[in-house]
Amino acid sequence: MSIAPPYRYIGQSILRREGREKVTGASRYVDDNVIPDCLHGKTIRSTIAKGRIVDISFGEGIPWDEFIIATAKDLPRNVVVLIEQDQPALVEEFVQHKHEPILLLAHKDAGLLEDAARAITITYEEDKSAAFEIGEGSLQKEYLIEEGDIEKTFAECDVVFEEVYRTGAQEHVYIEPNGFVGWWDGDNIHLRGSHQCPYYVHKAVKTAFGLKDDRQVDILQETTGGAFGGKEDFPSTVAIHTALLARKAGRPVRMIYDRAEDMACSTKRHPSETRLRIGCTKDGKLKALDCDFRIDGGAYITLSPVVLSRGILHGSGPYKWEAARLVGKSYATNSPPYGAFRGFGAPQSLFAIESAMSALAEKLGMCPVEFRRKNFLKKGDVLPTGQALEGDPMLDAIVDKGLQMADYWNRAKKIAPIPNRGIGLSVFLHGTGFTGSGEVYLASRVALATRGDGKVEVRVSSTEMGQGTETIFPQIAAEVLGLEVDDVLFVKPQTSKVPNSGPTVASRTCSVVGRLVERAAHDLKGKLNGTPIADYHATHGETLGEAKYQAPPGLYWDDEKYRGSAYGAYSWGINIAEVTIDPVTMHPTVENFWGVYDIGTVINPTLAKGQVEGGIAQGIGWATCENVVLEEGAMINTHMTNYIIPTTMDAPPIMVDFIENPYEYGGFGSKGVGEIPMDGPGPAVLNAVSMALRRPLNKIPIIAEELLDD
Amino acid sequence: MNTRTNINTLKCLVPFTIAEALEMKAAHPDAFPIAGGTDVMVWMNDGKMPGRTYISLHRLAGEWRHVTGTSDGGISIGALANYTDVRMNPLVIERWPLLVESARVTGALQIQNRGTLVGNVANGSPAADTVPVLMVYDAVLVLANTKGERRVPLSDFYTGYRQTIMDGSELITAIELPHAALQPNQYFRKVGTREAQAISKVVCAGGSTPGGKQFRLAWGSVAPTTIRSFKTEETLANGADAEEAWEVLKTEISPISDIRSTAEYRLRVCRRILEEFIGHQSVS
Repeated sequence: MSIAPPYRYIGQSILRREGREKVTGASRYVDDNVIPDCLHGKTIRSTIAKGRIVDISFGEGIPWDEFIIATAKDLPRNVVVLIEQDQPALVEEFVQHKHEPILLLAHKDAGLLEDAARAITITYEEDKSAAFEIGEGSLQKEYLIEEGDIEKTFAECDVVFEEVYRTGAQEHVYIEPNGFVGWWDGDNIHLRGSHQCPYYVHKAVKTAFGLKDDRQVDILQETTGGAFGGKEDFPSTVAIHTALLARKAGRPVRMIYDRAEDMACSTKRHPSETRLRIGCTKDGKLKALDCDFRIDGGAYITLSPVVLSRGILHGSGPYKWEAARLVGKSYATNSPPYGAFRGFGAPQSLFAIESAMSALAEKLGMCPVEFRRKNFLKKGDVLPTGQALEGDPMLDAIVDKGLQMADYWNRAKKIAPIPNRGIGLSVFLHGTGFTGSGEVYLASRVALATRGDGKVEVRVSSTEMGQGTETIFPQIAAEVLGLEVDDVLFVKPQTSKVPNSGPTVASRTCSVVGRLVERAAHDLKGKLNGTPIADYHATHGETLGEAKYQAPPGLYWDDEKYRGSAYGAYSWGINIAEVTIDPVTMHPTVENFWGVYDIGTVINPTLAKGQVEGGIAQGIGWATCENVVLEEGAMINTHMTNYIIPTTMDAPPIMVDFIENPYEYGGFGSKGVGEIPMDGPGPAVLNAVSMALRRPLNKIPIIAEELLDD
Repeated sequence: MNTRTNINTLKCLVPFTIAEALEMKAAHPDAFPIAGGTDVMVWMNDGKMPGRTYISLHRLAGEWRHVTGTSDGGISIGALANYTDVRMNPLVIERWPLLVESARVTGALQIQNRGTLVGNVANGSPAADTVPVLMVYDAVLVLANTKGERRVPLSDFYTGYRQTIMDGSELITAIELPHAALQPNQYFRKVGTREAQAISKVVCAGGSTPGGKQFRLAWGSVAPTTIRSFKTEETLANGADAEEAWEVLKTEISPISDIRSTAEYRLRVCRRILEEFIGHQSVS
């Protein structure tokens, strides 16, 4: 059933569908909804990290009878359902973190709402046992991956390297803060908002209100200016709150977060601590890896188990080990829950292994490139989970291309003697799609539908959030159906109109869901059997091409033992960073950055490069300037002026290229692209800074204040 | 928990003439003047300054948006001249290069097109990027009320953190800079958190007269107000080396730790900046 090259649309940089609207400001974001008789909603949050609510008092001077006030008691089931059901939508009595939602207010006057919020006083009995550091609180989840006899192998090593690596939290800083508008029509709730997974919101709202029928909940995704995982699970809470106020008010409600509120209370990247012990021979052959990977999960489980899982599954890097033991532990703390962020645990564990590889090369007196090269995974090699690599990772080719682009050898030679200048690299991998049996459980579905005008609609719940979903799916469908790409329309994701193709996460959209779009197009093509769409539609009415996820043959995963193929495919890459340290301020500047990636078939080169460049800038930010300052577990630098993300003036020239090594079961041979850009910059920048300072560092963000010790 | 200012509680007065502006200020001494509003708008996000009266000066651009040379070789910068007006002005470019440099690194283009130099001074933030430069250039502020005007050296303007000698009845109408008698190798260093849209962790401006007879050195973000380090200047004029100068400078600055940086870092960086400044002045 395959369509063979040369392709008409695959590999072409078709213009981004919604690009014109976005750059001209015509796009409608959630806050642009104009709804008559709409009330403004506001969340009243905890000001302590742990304790019991003793009293809530409503101060003088506010016309409280005009306000809609909702509490946990108003909710049929007080839960934000995700993996577990431990997180309440509103605190009933016990507060588990700062900024936890307690009360909801609604009023037609947004200004008065702010005064009302200030007039509420909540008295607590504070519990001083709050935990804020990894390891202080209870264990949320633990995983173990073990391959080979670890201690015996260590005993055979000439060199054993040990280090502890740490990474900080990171805020997503999507364009628009979280927000929903919602209204009830009878027993049906309509919600429109900024989010990346319409069906996650659907499930959470349906559960919280105890609704019986899926059709009672309709979730629409408004234009979403980036999400990066930040709008994977968190929007469910905002949606429940909006729906609750709207139900109590009997009127539409808009709940649009302020940036400071959003930053303070929403999810962040999990801070991590990785204890590594690496054993190798004196000539640089890796033998044993002992990786103890720990993350701060925050006050509720949310997505931490799966973040933890992806973390340890990437913790062994793109290397072959004789024996490996990877332990992952997620700890509960009294921080607002940490959540999904581009890379989902892998950037943290890859940061550790890739920083260690350069430090260990230095210790061995070896070149960091040749040391890595000596240990790269090859076709047929076995990962610590027991998965034998079916495809060839082509790491040598990827590395060669990266080195050539960066003119690495000449550059490194030139830079080496100059103080405060450095060049560093990282090599990494990223598994495509959900981990383990995840895709099987999701059982994603997509549909293509004929229209009377001869066009076809793509119906998926995969959202456009800047990465290109709206453009690449029409490319894939048009390629199969032999249509003009403009005759394939993308339906705005809305749960009443599109099937559940799963969440827009895990680098799965192009490869996993794209494959389903490809198969659905073949399904439709078979039905049409050469008849033009308009004619077929006239005779048969709306006709669907459909596809449901099927695991690639031979893909096996054991959730209990954590053995098997964690991912059907891996993307691979190299990053090279060149840095300068200002000798007066110790401020690191990334001067140049190179990246070469194998993401399988590149469906749309311009979009793919944009996706990668954005991820690199985000990774550089994580490594250098994005410092989440926590006080009692919660972020306090909640403004764009004091949470420092790189501007265009800070981002270096970024040179990106691809090596296309197609994956048989990905959409037109594609593999994951969304997250891998986040994996390499942290260690590449750290390794460059370590070289510049002539001492190995072990922590990001790299803060000038910590480097300056006279 | 973050709350915004209830904008329904705010009053805004809009004078159409300078006389009207001064009368309004006299009648409402607590009223807060707005030029570009780039700081005020940020405060609103934090629920600050509720229930206040504001005087928006935007209608006075015809009279107050000038950047004009004076007969004695100086320049007058009107209260509504924005950073872009200042940094694009040929005379400023020629004679007050540090003003161009500091205006160029204040916020980014959007702020520079909206924010005013006088606003930067009036706001009284110790982290203001242009204020150390203005101090080095011996800026004088023109303060006016309905009774008349007075001229105050910028170095005498601040009395404490966001406190000034201004009377409630007064507005700043202009900044005047005398002819800059400094050598061409003037010095400016902004230690920001990033390359643009950054608030300074430390900011320094300096220069010297031919032959090193006099030094001028001003600092931001290291004391409750922007300061001229007069004692350090004097020590340098007397031929002190970096170490001796540092002993003096450290008595003039009092950095603190805040959300952007630490007191320790600021101290160490000030020392390094001082060394860099001295080196920079001696190469001429």
